[in-house]
Amino acid sequence: MTGWRPGWREAAILLPLAWLALFFLVPFLIVLKISLAEPILAQPPYSPLLVWPEGGGWPALGARLDNYLVVLQDDLYVRSLLNALRIAAVSTVVMLLIAYPMAYAMARAPKNWRPALLLAVILPFWTSFLIRVYAWIGILKDEGFLNHALMSVGLIDQPLVIMNTDWAVHIGIVYSYLPFMILPLYATLERLDLTLLEAAADLGAPPWKSFLQVTLPLSLPGIVAGSLLVFIPAVGEFVIPDLLGGSDTIMIGKTVWIEFFQNADWPLASAIAVTMLVVLVAPLALLRRGLHG
Amino acid sequence: MKFMAVAAAAISLILAPGAQAAGNQPAAPDKVVNVYNWSNYIDPAVLADFTRETGIRVRNDARYDSYDSNEVAFSRVIAGNSGYDIVVPTNEFLARMIDGGALAKLDKTKLPNLVNLDPALTALMEKYDPGNQYGVIYLWGTTGIGLNRDKIRQRMANPPVDSLAMIFDPAIVARFSDCGVAMLDAPSEIIPAVLRYLGEDPDDKDARALARAEAQLLKIRRHIRKFHSSQYIDDLANGNICLALGWSGDVLQAKMRAEQAGKGVVVQYLMPRQGAQMWFDSMAIPKDAPNPANALAFINFIHRPEVIARITNKVRYPNANRAADAFVAEEVKADPDIYPTPMMQKNLYTITPNNQSEQRLFMQVWSRFKSAN
Repeated sequence: MTGWRPGWREAAILLPLAWLALFFLVPFLIVLKISLAEPILAQPPYSPLLVWPEGGGWPALGARLDNYLVVLQDDLYVRSLLNALRIAAVSTVVMLLIAYPMAYAMARAPKNWRPALLLAVILPFWTSFLIRVYAWIGILKDEGFLNHALMSVGLIDQPLVIMNTDWAVHIGIVYSYLPFMILPLYATLERLDLTLLEAAADLGAPPWKSFLQVTLPLSLPGIVAGSLLVFIPAVGEFVIPDLLGGSDTIMIGKTVWIEFFQNADWPLASAIAVTMLVVLVAPLALLRRGLHG
Repeated sequence: MKFMAVAAAAISLILAPGAQAAGNQPAAPDKVVNVYNWSNYIDPAVLADFTRETGIRVRNDARYDSYDSNEVAFSRVIAGNSGYDIVVPTNEFLARMIDGGALAKLDKTKLPNLVNLDPALTALMEKYDPGNQYGVIYLWGTTGIGLNRDKIRQRMANPPVDSLAMIFDPAIVARFSDCGVAMLDAPSEIIPAVLRYLGEDPDDKDARALARAEAQLLKIRRHIRKFHSSQYIDDLANGNICLALGWSGDVLQAKMRAEQAGKGVVVQYLMPRQGAQMWFDSMAIPKDAPNPANALAFINFIHRPEVIARITNKVRYPNANRAADAFVAEEVKADPDIYPTPMMQKNLYTITPNNQSEQRLFMQVWSRFKSAN
């Protein structure tokens, strides 16, 4: 330990580490602990991890893997996880297709317009997320605005059934998370060195080619960051499928909610959460290694 | 540090406007009661009367929240620190709350109005709450069939309206698929009903019986439009759905709302001829209730004969207070859908509480059923 004197540098590193430990690691360990317990009728509704014998001595470990077995054996949980991954992936791709042109146009807009455009992207956050999702019910339901509009212009003569289907869930997720996709894309596209595009043009590349070979690769960090930023929370999304989805829309976030709040089965809910984390984090860690190693 | 203090104050202002407001006008802590009750399950005028008489607020700074699921209410209360002084679980969920140590024993000396409780009904509660130490019956009812008379007749000649086959026979329910079929989002109601329909013991919690129930449910899944335990009241009244498996008083409230709307929708409630589940909702006080004394005052007030009678008249569920009969409207008392005749009562059944692993099985059957398509 000689020669090691804590300075600003160490503090600067320790602070985020402490933050992570406090707000990520500790809650995770609590969830992990509960996932190894047994559901019991008591307050709190799970068995203790360490069972202290009467009259002193070493405690016995009350950990069991039963909950994980249930998660893996009952296809309900695997299905709802796969369903959530699928819905999140499709929504992410759709968001990318919508957000990229928007971010691109914002980054190329005159400089004095950009703050206003950014504000327009962020402005919806001033209304509660819940209210905005509720507003979509009014738009999408059978006798809602969308169907009224489409029927009055004569595009359809039967109302489209969108509400309470996977369609509505996709729409809700794309709408709610779109700003989180636009912002990182905008950040990378705005910093893009325009002289590179001039050089490409000087060397005879048509615009589409310079886009594919210069702009797109250079904006890759923004694409990855934006996609992760929307994909990960979308997988665990609960509110949107609950309000807009049908009873056959099963997503893992809703399944966890059901186990917690309808079933008071904290251990099983925790086991699902840990499984979900492993399924999500392991590929991301590999991806990171692939990108950097 | 000063900056931190200001920032913390600003954050707390943003995060907890309600808490801040409460802090500014310190309310006497003994003057509120927080009630967690079923939706559409009280006459709001009763709450106002209670506050006027006792000074104990049920609204304004106090909470009167409602739920439409025993499962959700149970999970809230068992988790602890729910903040509620009164919760109104159904029999088997009352038993589970008692077993989980979530409820406080009632101080009967503070509840003189309980002398009027019908001993025949409190005896039935012994199975769930031995000695009636934790719960006081609020209202009770049955689970049965609600339907839109005209839409059903248009789609089927001589429909077996008083049979569970209306919902559980795939060939019959298919006819009503287009006009909307709903059922309670409650495994504790539907699984016993389908077992009864299949001629089995509705209280069977064995995995084999549950598998049979699930197989039957899956056959009718695509004909069920909605799983919801309160919305069907308005949906039946407006004609958005034509058939529902629901609670007696809820369907009867739908019937009243349809009559008031005057759009020609005729709603009927029918107790299934195979037998209906009979249930009791009991008022109970969570162990960690912040205002238990006010909760006792509330329970005692509710059990005044004229008060509980007013609630019955409004929500169309029978009560267990014999002295209240004098105040219950004649048309309510005479309605066998509300107060089943002794003959009908023989055909009612109750179910026992699930243990944790049975509850897990119930929810898994339920989730698989709902998510199938």
